[in-house]
Amino acid sequence: MTEYETIIGLEVHVELKTKSKIFCPSTTEFGGDPNTHVCPVCLGLPGVLPVLNKKVLEYAIRAALALNCEIAEYSKFDRKNYYYPDLPKNYQISQYDLPLARNGFLNIEVNGQTKRIGITRIHMEEDAGKLIHQGTIATSPYSLVDYNRTGVPLIEIVSEPDMRSPEEARAYLEKLKAIIQYTGVSDCKMEEGSLRCDANVSVRPRGSREFGTKTEIKNMNSFKALQRALAYEVERQIAVLQEGGRIVQETRTWDENKGVTLPMRSKEEAHDYRYFPEPDLVPLVIDRRWVEEIRATLPELPDERRNRYIKRYDLPAYDATVLTATKEMADYFEECVALYPNAKAVSNWMMGDLSRLLNAHNMDITQCKVSPRQLTDMLKLMDKGTISGKIAKTVFEEMFATGKDPEQIVQEKGLVQITDEGAIAAVVEEVLAGNAKVVEDYLKGKDRAFGFLVGQVMKATRGKANPELVNRLLKEKLHSS
Amino acid sequence: MLELYYLTAHELHDLLVKKEISAEEICRAVFDRIDAVEDKIKAYVTLTRDKAFARAREIDRKIAAGEEVPPLAGIPVAIKDNMCTCGVRTTCSSKILYNFVPPYNATVVEKLEAAGTVMMGKTNMDEFAMGSSTENSGFFVTANPWDPDRVPGGSSGGSAAAVAAGEAITALGSDTGGSIRQPAAFCGVVGLKPTYGAVSRYGLVAFASSLDQIGPFTRDVTDCALMLNAICGHDPLDSTSAPRDIPDFTSYLRNDVKGLKIGVPREYMGEGIDPAVKEIIGQAIKLLASLGAEIDETTLPHSRYALPTYYLIAPAEASSNLARYDGVRYGYRAEDARDVVDMFMKTRSQGFGPEVKRRIMLGTYALSAGYYDAYYLKALKVRTLIKQDFDRAFEKFDVLLAPTAPSPAFKRGEKTGDPLQMYMSDICTLAVNLAGIPGISIPAGFVDGLPVGMQLIGKPFGEGTLLRVAYTFEQHTDYHRRRPSL
Ligand SMILES: [Zn+2]
Repeated sequence: MTEYETIIGLEVHVELKTKSKIFCPSTTEFGGDPNTHVCPVCLGLPGVLPVLNKKVLEYAIRAALALNCEIAEYSKFDRKNYYYPDLPKNYQISQYDLPLARNGFLNIEVNGQTKRIGITRIHMEEDAGKLIHQGTIATSPYSLVDYNRTGVPLIEIVSEPDMRSPEEARAYLEKLKAIIQYTGVSDCKMEEGSLRCDANVSVRPRGSREFGTKTEIKNMNSFKALQRALAYEVERQIAVLQEGGRIVQETRTWDENKGVTLPMRSKEEAHDYRYFPEPDLVPLVIDRRWVEEIRATLPELPDERRNRYIKRYDLPAYDATVLTATKEMADYFEECVALYPNAKAVSNWMMGDLSRLLNAHNMDITQCKVSPRQLTDMLKLMDKGTISGKIAKTVFEEMFATGKDPEQIVQEKGLVQITDEGAIAAVVEEVLAGNAKVVEDYLKGKDRAFGFLVGQVMKATRGKANPELVNRLLKEKLHSS
Repeated sequence: MLELYYLTAHELHDLLVKKEISAEEICRAVFDRIDAVEDKIKAYVTLTRDKAFARAREIDRKIAAGEEVPPLAGIPVAIKDNMCTCGVRTTCSSKILYNFVPPYNATVVEKLEAAGTVMMGKTNMDEFAMGSSTENSGFFVTANPWDPDRVPGGSSGGSAAAVAAGEAITALGSDTGGSIRQPAAFCGVVGLKPTYGAVSRYGLVAFASSLDQIGPFTRDVTDCALMLNAICGHDPLDSTSAPRDIPDFTSYLRNDVKGLKIGVPREYMGEGIDPAVKEIIGQAIKLLASLGAEIDETTLPHSRYALPTYYLIAPAEASSNLARYDGVRYGYRAEDARDVVDMFMKTRSQGFGPEVKRRIMLGTYALSAGYYDAYYLKALKVRTLIKQDFDRAFEKFDVLLAPTAPSPAFKRGEKTGDPLQMYMSDICTLAVNLAGIPGISIPAGFVDGLPVGMQLIGKPFGEGTLLRVAYTFEQHTDYHRRRPSL
């Protein structure tokens, strides 16, 4: 049977978090009562004119530089014409043949190898509004329109068809998100729509040089959805080809509930956007010195930070990659290591219990109640022997739930480790006396019996006994008896 | 002395500051005139009588308090109904905007307010400024004050007729392919289209964004300079407005053309131009030559492509600019629509008139996939060639001189059946918009009692030189002093 190769390219829209919209002074704040974050310009009333928000250009250049793009010296805006009630002018101001930036790339990790994914172009455009329906669009007797999002600045980032699997596509999107977040120009929240992604997918017999017919997939609202949708679509296309069928060039939508992609519109139904240069805006001539000024203010980006973590903190590459995946996570890590020098211990806790709890509660690190100081205080308590590693897990869960200091939790719950040799010795005596059979087994050479006895001592002390002391005392007693 | 409503702004200003009359009296004189002749002329879509009187009294209070008022204070102006006026209906003479009341002023309206003018109302026009006779108004037809059976020109016919008939002292129009200059010529008044970017377009309802420009109608060249002083200047709300200092345009009002080089493009004096018009332009040339101007023939070789170029670029931009009129947010909305697409189609089918639809279709076609390169892109290239023609001519000449229109005002209904014939009435003016340069039309004579206009074309931001030549011509003629008998 023919083996197929997957070809994926992504078109990503990122909302820029400038204070005001791209062509007018209205606020970009998320939420607000419908149609309150608007003015005559973003409502497209007769006679109004757009004026480019310079901050938008600056943010777009910042993102493009972080993605290793070349910034155009001469760029312009164009009108993309189509009728839709959420688009007040019935055209979108976008960029067509002379985008702001081209020829960028980012690196992803594939099976421990670094792979470069090309970025074809980045351009600026305005967002549209939102239709609100009673029930679904098909059954609602009316549509309501909210223009609050109309004119919010977007950049569209178009990749090369360089990805060869849904996993690579996901890794690309995650990396893209991290880089953009590092630059500070967007929140990149998929749930709030500040990061949106469409995918172009095709398959071809392995070894073939020509691209197969592609489909465009829309409506993937999470990283998981992206990966699932692409996996489904790849399988669907292969199945069609294997049955001797042909792929139809079309736009398909991901149905999250059914787990399938469904046809949305064919190539024949595709819009003719009738792009032409926006006559209300003058072309952009971008000053090289300004570009260099922006470049000079770029922060350390994920790849650089990752490499620094490996060198400076002696972390394994895997740890460094995970910790630098979001700027917030990495910032948290660095605040911790500034207070507590054992970087690996911090990393273990962040990648272990902290990440597990965040995932379980569907939170990100910015919502975490445990401050870096509190986490490192807890690590210090462990080092001092006040609490054992096992108790620390209990303490941390409590810290995560309440935001209380670890000392307070240890006090309140009486979780201080027992290090009194006499007290532990007494418990050991009791355990040995109550488990004569096990003691016998141990003395006959059954090593496992020792572990059981340790467990019994810990149980009797509700886990608070210093594990090293328990071990030593048990061994002493057993061998002296 | 002429009636108050037939005086110029600067004459009225002199009377005002001498306290011989009040702004309220001027306002009343003009409204009385409107009441007397408007039935015949139909220049206005909306009158703003109460606002006007309140404003006139405010000016009078300032004068009484000894304040020095600017030259246009208390002067009645008419505004073409495609400029947004806060709280006052702005229709573009289209059914689709019959009820649209903007919550903001166009920048020019703000500027005129700052200059102390008194707005009389909003004037009739060809729907969305598409036309050359004001017969494409979605509401009614405006008459030419010199002969009510004839058209006032267009698309700013209401503003031109209002000034000619004494229903306003000055007015604003917009000019996309001749829409100020041609009606100025037909109505025997002064009309100037400034350099693209000289006057803010913010609040001007767009027809063709890269060609539209607002300019004044006045009774003489002095008033024209005063209006330019009031409306020109950079506007941060319009990215295409030029960031440059504006001169005092009255400083160009000099009775002197000695040594000025004036070129007469042979393409504007050839085929299709009424011999009587040619005759009048010939006399004007002789007069200017006798005053010391150096006049010679010149050529604009790509002139014959101006019309097709214009009728690709302007409709293309219009097809996109007019897309927003869909019944969703404001204006007319068709009833009984099945769904949103049906609502769009019914609203636009019922709301737009035939000429607007024709141009939307033309423009949509020109921008369509597969046709863009052959039509729109080609037109942009020819536009550059046309502009280069002018650049070359201006290497030799300070000003170009031509008829404003190929004939005097034509009869109502004469060209409505043949769009191409109608388009031809702009052949002398279109290229100036494509090149983005300034042009003025001034009264240059009469044929059978109908005014004929002479067009002067200038270098970019060369309005001053146009005013100088026009002023000099005016000092040696009296065509601008004639008034229609109504
Ligand atoms: Zn706005």
